[in-house]
Amino acid sequence: MNNIPGDLKYTDEHEWLRLEDDGSVVVGITAHAQEALGDLVFVELPEVGQEIDAGDGIAVVESVKAASDVYAPINCTVSAINDALADTPESINEDPYGEGWIARITPGDRGDLNALMSADAYQEFLENLDD
Amino acid sequence: MPFIPHTETDIREMLDAIGAESIDELFDEIPESLRIEGLEGVPSALNEMQVTRLMHERAAQDRDALSFIGAGAYEHHIPALVWQLTTRGEYYSAYTPYQAEASQGTLQVIYEYQSMIASLTGMEVSNASLYDGASAVAEAALMAVRANRKSKSRRVVFAGGTSRTYQKVAQAIAGTQGLLFDESPLDPARGIADPEQFLAGDEPPVAVVIQQPNFLGNLEDVDALTDAAHAVGALVIAVVNPTSLALIRPPGEWGEKGADIVCGEGQPLGVPLSSGGPYFGFMTTRAALVRQLPGRIVGRTVDVDGKPGFTLTLQAREQHIRRSKATSNICTNQGLMVTAATMYLAVLGEEGLARVAAASHRQTQKLVSALTSVRGVECAYDTPFFHEAVLRLDRPAADVLARLAEHDVLGGLDLGVDHPELGNALLVCATETKTDEDIERYRALLAEVMNEQGSLASAG
Repeated sequence: MNNIPGDLKYTDEHEWLRLEDDGSVVVGITAHAQEALGDLVFVELPEVGQEIDAGDGIAVVESVKAASDVYAPINCTVSAINDALADTPESINEDPYGEGWIARITPGDRGDLNALMSADAYQEFLENLDD
Repeated sequence: MPFIPHTETDIREMLDAIGAESIDELFDEIPESLRIEGLEGVPSALNEMQVTRLMHERAAQDRDALSFIGAGAYEHHIPALVWQLTTRGEYYSAYTPYQAEASQGTLQVIYEYQSMIASLTGMEVSNASLYDGASAVAEAALMAVRANRKSKSRRVVFAGGTSRTYQKVAQAIAGTQGLLFDESPLDPARGIADPEQFLAGDEPPVAVVIQQPNFLGNLEDVDALTDAAHAVGALVIAVVNPTSLALIRPPGEWGEKGADIVCGEGQPLGVPLSSGGPYFGFMTTRAALVRQLPGRIVGRTVDVDGKPGFTLTLQAREQHIRRSKATSNICTNQGLMVTAATMYLAVLGEEGLARVAAASHRQTQKLVSALTSVRGVECAYDTPFFHEAVLRLDRPAADVLARLAEHDVLGGLDLGVDHPELGNALLVCATETKTDEDIERYRALLAEVMNEQGSLASAG
């Protein structure tokens, strides 16, 4: 069974978001996503300060078999990136919800976050994918 | 005999197996409006005998002319060994070897090619080649936009001496993908870009393209141009003649930081002129940008038993995996031409290539000196050149070239077509294949033609 922390929000593109007290949001990819991609060898990160529209690419995660986009779930501005991934992309495989975080963003409109899935909803989403 | 060896029965069985009514049904997704009924201008088929006859007639039109035309494709001596090896059954394929288990020899050739080209251009990594020099420039521009994410610009500036053909091809390929192209002014006195004027007053572009030697044969001040581009945050794309790199500093050493992407036409390395193709493009870059490098890349690795082997690598961003978001959707490698180039470089070695380059330069100097001794002909620039130079005539070059051609001498490229601003200008080239006697034959004939036309002109 997949590891789906209860305190995070999720998207149907298999990204997780952690809403921080300071209003920022941390983004990464889920345990399910990293497992599907296989061993990651490279992560292409956005620039700090970059403004990204919902649905546009915020990062590219590359495994030995595929390069996949990580999409911005909401309109946002990038406030920090996980530089350590340049040297240790495998952090995403090993600790997708911790050391493997990708970027910290400032939402354009916090209301957009309401449309995201809860852990339970994402769990159900994954179960339906398996059908 | 049909080219596709499937019988009607084969086709029917395959369609039945996938539940399709007809072959047309497989193309349902393409709207009617985008389909064409037939290919106008494509003649009906000829049989083998007719094709052989046609090609003999076409080949005979070329005659055995003495050519002083360069302008992007160069006649060099190709040692017999090169194509003897290249056309061996083991190598004789244009295809990219996806199956490492069945293609170790071909993959190693490409790996050796990449090593040689990276070394020649002074860069860290090379791809397995592209279609030709012109499309390589377009791919380099697209790559620069992907790689230079700090720049908001989509504008690429060509230094004024860059081949106009390359500029047109880049526009055709990358112009439709949102890139804007500009050309910086050429210093009319020197026939090179003026570093002071290069990017003056412009919004900083995402990248610049510097051709060395430039299309007019002249050697640009590449250090100053490279530093000027880097100073405003633009990436530097170097377009180079591979033969020249045996003598002049490679792009990896231009300016303070070196060029970022290097590309060019690989034809001079063992590929015959052959009426314009097939040729191949090469492309190299810094290791930091390797994931933006389009095309195939062969890597060296070890197998499960620890034995060295070769395989395609870094494929995750290629079109068969990443589809529309691939680093390129039109590129392939030119396997056969690359094999020839690898054999050519291996046969000549570092010293041999330097001798070819030096002989080409020396013969061009002799050519320019001989031709400018003719009345009405002068050298257009006093700028150092490699193996091409611009001559200025006292009358349209086209008329003179036509008379020379009647005597089977192809006297150069008429610059009046692509560069009308240069006046009656003629681009001439000599490589190591042009002997002193060839040069004297051209000089004597040119003197005769100029004299005869001159007296005709005065008589008229």
